[in-house]
Amino acid sequence: MAIARVADPSGSLQEVTEQGLDREDLLQIYRNMLITRGVEERGHILYRQGKIPGSFYTGRGNEASSVGVATAMATDDVGTPLHRDMGVHITRGVEPWRILAQYMGRADGPTHGKEGNVHMADARLGLLAMVSHLPAMLPVAVGCALAFRIREEKRVAVAWSGEGAMARGDAHEGMNFAGVRKLPVVFICDNNQWAYSTPSHLEYAVEHLADRAQAYGFDGVVVDGTDVLAVYREAKAAIEKAREGGGPTLIECQTLRMEGHAVHDDAFYVPHELFERWAERDPIERHRTWLRDNADMTDEDEHAIVDSVKKLMNDSLQRADESPQPDPATLLDGVYATQEDLDTPHHK
Amino acid sequence: MAEKTYLQAISDGLRQEMRRDKRVFVLGEDVGVYGGAFKVTLGFQEEFGPWRVLDMPLSETAIMGGATGAAIMGLRPVAEMQFADFVSCAWDHLVTVAAKQRWRAGTPVPIVLRLPSSGGFSGGPFHSQNPESSFAHIPGLKCVCPSTPEDAKGLLVAAIEDPNPVLFFEHKHLYRRIKGEVPDERYVTPIGKARIHAEGEDVTVITWGAMVYTAEEAAKQLPDTSVEIVDLRTIMPWDKQAVLDSARKTSKVLVLHEDTRTGGFGAEIAATIAEEAFEDLDAPVRRIAAPDCPVPFSPVLEKAYIPQVDDVVAGLKELVSY
Repeated sequence: MAIARVADPSGSLQEVTEQGLDREDLLQIYRNMLITRGVEERGHILYRQGKIPGSFYTGRGNEASSVGVATAMATDDVGTPLHRDMGVHITRGVEPWRILAQYMGRADGPTHGKEGNVHMADARLGLLAMVSHLPAMLPVAVGCALAFRIREEKRVAVAWSGEGAMARGDAHEGMNFAGVRKLPVVFICDNNQWAYSTPSHLEYAVEHLADRAQAYGFDGVVVDGTDVLAVYREAKAAIEKAREGGGPTLIECQTLRMEGHAVHDDAFYVPHELFERWAERDPIERHRTWLRDNADMTDEDEHAIVDSVKKLMNDSLQRADESPQPDPATLLDGVYATQEDLDTPHHK
Repeated sequence: MAEKTYLQAISDGLRQEMRRDKRVFVLGEDVGVYGGAFKVTLGFQEEFGPWRVLDMPLSETAIMGGATGAAIMGLRPVAEMQFADFVSCAWDHLVTVAAKQRWRAGTPVPIVLRLPSSGGFSGGPFHSQNPESSFAHIPGLKCVCPSTPEDAKGLLVAAIEDPNPVLFFEHKHLYRRIKGEVPDERYVTPIGKARIHAEGEDVTVITWGAMVYTAEEAAKQLPDTSVEIVDLRTIMPWDKQAVLDSARKTSKVLVLHEDTRTGGFGAEIAATIAEEAFEDLDAPVRRIAAPDCPVPFSPVLEKAYIPQVDDVVAGLKELVSY
């Protein structure tokens, strides 16, 4: 029996405008989704060129979910995006060349070669770097929300997890505590149906993961994670509710992971028809069509965006490739923080 | 200056810091209305309110993960594990997230984690452990193990000031048994500096926590032997120089701790002395520690487990006659 509310699809231009997005915002969303996919496609090229050590992970199919939620966040809000959420980094303003440098372990990546793939964040943009143990950052986001509540700030934390991570105790402890204290946090569950090779029916026994919200004393919402404007609408409502003291919301964004778990995995275990069915709902193509049908996106508009993203990608690739390897002498830098390190926006 | 118990010193130090700095807050199980299982935060919630003295659900992961998030956002959480043993449930957030966050992502995590530790009162295998060496092994964490009321207060203040996650091991057996003069004013006892508990010439005991007093009792039983007792006070970072100085002075060293022997922090100390002061030694470095087994419940078994005064006397005699 489903408990969570199932969200409506995105509406007309008028409805979307009422939700706070003007035409420029709508085109920016399109651009951000193109950059998100563009960065990951360039990553594939770099990987094939042997320039990325270790493995390589993407979030193809999750662009609407990540960009939609990040667009709904305010500047002072914070978030803990995971490895399928490149769109959050892009929307918050992380420069693509730095991400490509991070992939290659170069000195100009956000972690200066100490960490790989999407294990990165720019704290100045309100992002906290993920760890491999999922969803370990979920209770950390709850802790950010706790700080906001203690200081009585009108800020919100956004915690990401996948449906696989929802099976871990961290998710339970974090959501339970957030519910008990009505903390200003929004939980985003990217349900892409596969935890590595494990299908969702072997991961949970409820109809929707968002149904669990009721057990923690807050609302659950299921939304089509390929519909960027529906994701935005639900995230915006949940974030503003949290900001006004209404407590957490769990939003389940339904998608399909369109590639393997990582580049080494050809996802042979995912039925081919499933890929075909979800390819018809490609999030970028869906938004492009919506813009053409509802927001008068012209050929000129579209070409201008596509061309500028292409140029951005080429420039980023070149700049990242010019970034030096990290200096081995920096290996021990920052194992322990100094008092000067506390001179950050958060600690002032 | 007033005479205070070890427990009062911790409580007073924490209260003083909370009055001084409104970023400091406490979270843990039963720390509010009840005042903590050992009453360290008794009366705190009345003074500081429910949002600075947070009674948490039975959720060590949420305590540690929550403290991490709040610390990154600029607060100074002082989290409590009701017993040090329960830190196992917070391992991921302490070791995986908090310890590595500064190094890999540039964001410092100034947290104090209070850990009532160690045995001596039939707490059994889940309320008596000394897990400090496990955490001393993790780059990014600091470990503090005070033995006197004065150090307990000064090191707690230092831990709250520190921009890193600091594990503050409170020895439960010392809470109400040990009293000492504690300055009323605020002071900082630096992390990483040992204290010479007793000066001596013939043999050195390197130790920390309640074992400082076990060593003291053992020394009293050997009036003809001049025993130097070095109270390490903090084991990460640890005062290598003080240890090497004392080793060079007496040329005979006994390392004593309540944690189990294999892989205990004493092994690191012994190895360092062997590497750096080998030429100055007149005897092999000796270790006395708990045997490699869980902490037992029965008082008879627990006495056989925790190093006793007689064990230390025997160890010292052996070293002196070597």
